[in-house]
Amino acid sequence: MIVRMRFGKLGKVRWTSHRDVARMWERALRRAKLPVAYTGGFSPRARLSFGLALPTGCESVAEYLDVALEAELEPALVAERVCPLLPRGIGVLGAGEPEPGSGSLQEEVTSCMWEISVPRSTRSELDEVLSRLMGAASLPILRERKGHVVSDDLRPSLLALFAQHTHDELGTTLVAELGTRPRGVRPAELAELLDIELGLARRTCQWIERGGSKFEPLDVLPAVPAVAVERAS
Amino acid sequence: MTSSLWPRIEPLLAQVTKPARYIGGELGAREPLHEPGRVAWLLIYPDTYEIGLPNQGLQILYEILNEREDALAERAYAPWTDMERAMRSAGIPLFSLETTRPAAEFDVLAFNLSAELTYTNVLNLIDLAGLAVRSKERTGDAPLVVAGGHCAFNPEPLADFIDAFVLGDGEEVVGEISEVLLDRVADHPRGRHELLRALARLDGVYVPALYEARYDGTSLVGVVPRFRDVPERVEKRAIGDLGEWPLPKQQLVPLVEVVHDRLNVEVFRGCTRGCRFCQAGMITRPVRERPASQVDEMVRAGLARTGYDEVALTSLSSADFSGIEHAVSSVINDPQCSGQVSVSLPSLRVDAFTVGIAAEIQKVRRTGLTFAPEGGTWRMRQVMNKLIREEDLYSAVDSAFAQGWRRVKLYFLIGLPTETDEDVLGIAELARRCAEIGHRYHHNVTLTTSVGGFVPKPHTPFQWFGQDTIEELRRKVGMLRDALRGARGVSLRWHGAEATAAEGIVSRGDRRVGAVVEHVWRAGGTFQEWSEHFDLGLWTAGLEAAGLSLEDTVYRHREQREVLPWDHLSAGLHRDFLWQDFSEALHEHVLEDCRWTPCYDCGVCTGLPVEHVVASSVPPAGGSQGTGQDISVGGLMPAHFVHEAHRDMAVGAAGGAEDPAARRSLGSGPRARTTSGARSMGIVDTRASGGGA
Repeated sequence: MIVRMRFGKLGKVRWTSHRDVARMWERALRRAKLPVAYTGGFSPRARLSFGLALPTGCESVAEYLDVALEAELEPALVAERVCPLLPRGIGVLGAGEPEPGSGSLQEEVTSCMWEISVPRSTRSELDEVLSRLMGAASLPILRERKGHVVSDDLRPSLLALFAQHTHDELGTTLVAELGTRPRGVRPAELAELLDIELGLARRTCQWIERGGSKFEPLDVLPAVPAVAVERAS
Repeated sequence: MTSSLWPRIEPLLAQVTKPARYIGGELGAREPLHEPGRVAWLLIYPDTYEIGLPNQGLQILYEILNEREDALAERAYAPWTDMERAMRSAGIPLFSLETTRPAAEFDVLAFNLSAELTYTNVLNLIDLAGLAVRSKERTGDAPLVVAGGHCAFNPEPLADFIDAFVLGDGEEVVGEISEVLLDRVADHPRGRHELLRALARLDGVYVPALYEARYDGTSLVGVVPRFRDVPERVEKRAIGDLGEWPLPKQQLVPLVEVVHDRLNVEVFRGCTRGCRFCQAGMITRPVRERPASQVDEMVRAGLARTGYDEVALTSLSSADFSGIEHAVSSVINDPQCSGQVSVSLPSLRVDAFTVGIAAEIQKVRRTGLTFAPEGGTWRMRQVMNKLIREEDLYSAVDSAFAQGWRRVKLYFLIGLPTETDEDVLGIAELARRCAEIGHRYHHNVTLTTSVGGFVPKPHTPFQWFGQDTIEELRRKVGMLRDALRGARGVSLRWHGAEATAAEGIVSRGDRRVGAVVEHVWRAGGTFQEWSEHFDLGLWTAGLEAAGLSLEDTVYRHREQREVLPWDHLSAGLHRDFLWQDFSEALHEHVLEDCRWTPCYDCGVCTGLPVEHVVASSVPPAGGSQGTGQDISVGGLMPAHFVHEAHRDMAVGAAGGAEDPAARRSLGSGPRARTTSGARSMGIVDTRASGGGA
């Protein structure tokens, strides 16, 4: 069976990479002695599949992971057993089974919601830049790929951008919905487009859009209270 | 006191590579409470986090100190150059990982010295901590700066910068140092000098400022105490029973990938194989095995606790562990591990038996096998006392390929005493033949031949030998490249000759080399272990500024009666024994592993309050290092490994076919190889004689 878990990555641990997080999960699952399925051959690996990579330095309360198990176990129980064994800052927020026949997380997710702090701009300054961006027909950025400079248009991936007052600190929060097709946009690339210094970015939601409506990859109530994800510092 | 520096550190992380190096958070990390009555240690590894974190010595001391009521320990590693720049420009000093506290707020900064080329990082880190780099300029409440680890056995190049060195095993002495410091923390009337005097009274602690280095012209004539209560000679510390120290119990599991990223269980400490080039083997004697049942327990508990899928049974030659088959099979057959845990044995002994064990344990994740014959000919291996017979070597390689491995890596040293071009070319011959054996089993094999230049090390029989020049090492590598051109399946790798020379400056340097280290550091030469930062020009400029030369510090053969910079420090080995063994080496006489044979009195077991702790009274099956083996046939290769067309040449090249009867017993009858002139000097100059032929 496949168990899908939603997890968060908050605090100091945000400075680890996507690959590091995958290894943390592998070790935690082994420590929890869960019946994780392994690939065969000379290099057996746990059958885990992660969704879209979270850029190093970003926080998230909406990461997903599919774990293949060799036995039937209640997803909430899996979450309960593995959660205390994860490093500080990584916590399980929910667990369930993906709909039968659904594809991989990588294929299915169509957009992500982000909250990004904007430490040095007022709301009105930010609003102005955002409306200019959303009004543009195309937003090319240059990237080097395999030794060639290519131009990518990021405009189709900017689905929604708006400014919000921040409650606890000075500055403003940028709320963004960024599409994954034709290509994903990272918060750092958004900063480049805006030409504004951006602070901490947190992924808050991943959406799957199908037949005109939007779903989250896991349609369950949190199995573990969100407070399990503690701030590391 | 001061709060955490984290709010000032975090904004820097977005600007640097691998930011997770600076966040700590490992499983097993402690966040100790700093309070009066506890001596605060900052344990520092002077290289990057990925290199330093797995260091077991540091982790053992970390646990011991944190379990004491009168001490606590945190850790720091060398920030990479980008982070260091960011820290310096933001005015952030070196900080501890656990509580992000400034280094200067600790009572002790303790460095692990594992490699000479990290010394410039040591200076840089003392400076980054906000302290004066020179010991005598640190006064009052400045933290004490101490260092230990293998390189501490010649501490003289760092004598002006480090307050106290610890020689040998640190398990006991860290507590004793804490007690001395606690007095200081509590009452304080004692000044820094009194504190150093008190530390010098501890066994195994060397306080360089209390010794004077005397010279006659440019020659060192002695390093002698300046005070009557300071010992003339400092003996190393050695724990008697590894079983009393089942550590680390909470091996650190990092959040990021590091080298040796696996569970490590030390199965024994010390080595008596007696390889004459090997400093680790000499200075860590005697052999102290961990009880097999404790190894089992540490493996089982460690895997369950960490979630690692690989365990390394570590030591200087783990296949020699008395309980090795049992230890291995208990992991492999443990249902908990269910075929997903691999065992690795670093430093594989070279024989078919060992490959058999390797085959059994690497059922999963079988990557490559590495052997270290070190010498290309049996003659050379007799000189260095690495007694791998041709038969052992080829049957090990044959067995590895037969059991499914396709990648085999061989390590060699060049620049050894008495080495001739024939010996160097023997490496190529051997590599070619191993690849040929591989091709009998597989279409594609990779035989990596890794060649390093030999750096003579203190407290070894080769400590008197003059290191090969950069040009000579390059010439030898060039010869190997030519010889291996077109060799199917063989790839040659070599270590830079320039870095080998720089390592040589520090390895046997005296106190005057401190100025060179400081020069390189001041010129920006940190991370000299890293090829992208290494710069020989900085070292030669430093030598020149200090009035020294490569010729004198590195290439020169030392004389028998010459005072060596570490003569006032003891790893337990008699100087006479080392000289005798060096002479034997030049005559190609070999010495058996004393674990299973009568004592030849190297000095360790007779002089220190420790002795061998070895469970098995007999050498491993098939024999090892001269015991249980017929050495007289060491140069003969079993006929089935020899290609018909090459048979004569192969046996001839191996060089051991002549008169085996005369050489049956170990150490009998010198071979008339060395010239009488060379022998009177006590050495054979390979540059003047055979080497250049």
